[in-house]
Amino acid sequence: MTELFAQLGKSTRGSFSKLGRATFFLLQCLSGIGSVLLRPRLLLNQLHSVGVLSFLIISISGLFVGMVLGLQGFYILSEFGAEETLGVMVAASLVRELGPVVSALLFAGRAGSALTAEIGLMKATEQLSGMEMMAVDPIKRIISPRFLAGFISMPLLAALFSAIGIVGGQIIGSGLLGVDEGAYWSQMQTKLDFTDDIINGVIKSVVFGFITSWIALFEGYDAVPTSEGISRATTRTVVNSAFSILGLDFILTALMFGDD
Amino acid sequence: MQHSSTQDTFVGLFVAAGIAALFFLALQVSNLSSFTDQDSYTLVARFENSGALKVKSPVSAAGVKIGQVSDISLDPKTYQSVVKMSIYSQYNHIPSDTTASVFTAGLLGEQYVSLEPGGSEDFLKDNEVLEITQSAIILEKAIGQFLFKSAEEKK
Repeated sequence: MTELFAQLGKSTRGSFSKLGRATFFLLQCLSGIGSVLLRPRLLLNQLHSVGVLSFLIISISGLFVGMVLGLQGFYILSEFGAEETLGVMVAASLVRELGPVVSALLFAGRAGSALTAEIGLMKATEQLSGMEMMAVDPIKRIISPRFLAGFISMPLLAALFSAIGIVGGQIIGSGLLGVDEGAYWSQMQTKLDFTDDIINGVIKSVVFGFITSWIALFEGYDAVPTSEGISRATTRTVVNSAFSILGLDFILTALMFGDD
Repeated sequence: MQHSSTQDTFVGLFVAAGIAALFFLALQVSNLSSFTDQDSYTLVARFENSGALKVKSPVSAAGVKIGQVSDISLDPKTYQSVVKMSIYSQYNHIPSDTTASVFTAGLLGEQYVSLEPGGSEDFLKDNEVLEITQSAIILEKAIGQFLFKSAEEKK
């Protein structure tokens, strides 16, 4: 019985100390951002591996999500004779929810896991310690550029996802199913508000980019430097990112779209 | 670290595409393009019932959008709905005997204020009140009256 309590206490204490390490890591990482701006080349390299290489999966998923929304929305809306509002439905669901959330989930799977594995392997092969030996701060040199790149890429990727999805919904809706193209766009323009919908969607994706990059980099930095440790850290990155994204999405939605 | 110019180009393309997508969302998808900072002046109309009219509902004359509803409040004395409308200043020839009505666009569409110009030579200025108004038709009331009437006829 006492052993059970001891176990419980140990794991609780372990998770709190991990949260503490993660917060300390985040502060270090944020303080390193200033020096990244002095060396934009580092940031550019990371924007390439985090952003550009995620571009394809994001745009193709966006297209298909938009096309599915177009199909499903049309079948449901046509029962009420309201096919003309298809554009509103597709655009609102993409811009408010699916764009930021799905692209963040894909981003965690595509870029987050890669970041964790990369940092974890650097730690396992003692590259990080090597840098410290050479008086190069690994946080400033390795972590901060990746963090900033994730933070910048995420809103851009989410915007691309939404934009491509809306076009995909239009291809299906007005190209295949015969919704009037003018109605698709004009209903969308009258119903969607710039600050309420677009800006809130961008805020969501900024928050998700922040949290996903933080989790991915911390898990890599905190990984047990063995091959098993790295594989566990990579799994934790994807799982924890997914939980955080979906949980935060609920909170943000409740805050943003509460009234009206 | 590799210093390849193709990488720079791809990053540039990626950032440009992302910003283009944001612009697309702002201008093509949302109402930012119709949200204009153009000068407007305020007209006030008092309705017995403004129905489901909302702030930002369109104000139109002869089917042309000439402004939008900027504020809706309840008059504490007369219990009327006070609807303030900002009308674009290029439409400054609205006669003082204009009728304001709350209509619905289509059977399930949104409600809007329709202005029907009268024949007066005096034009309304900023913050002036439209005297002749026609309230929103409440569907439930109309159906109730219709049922009541048909029941009476059967007697």
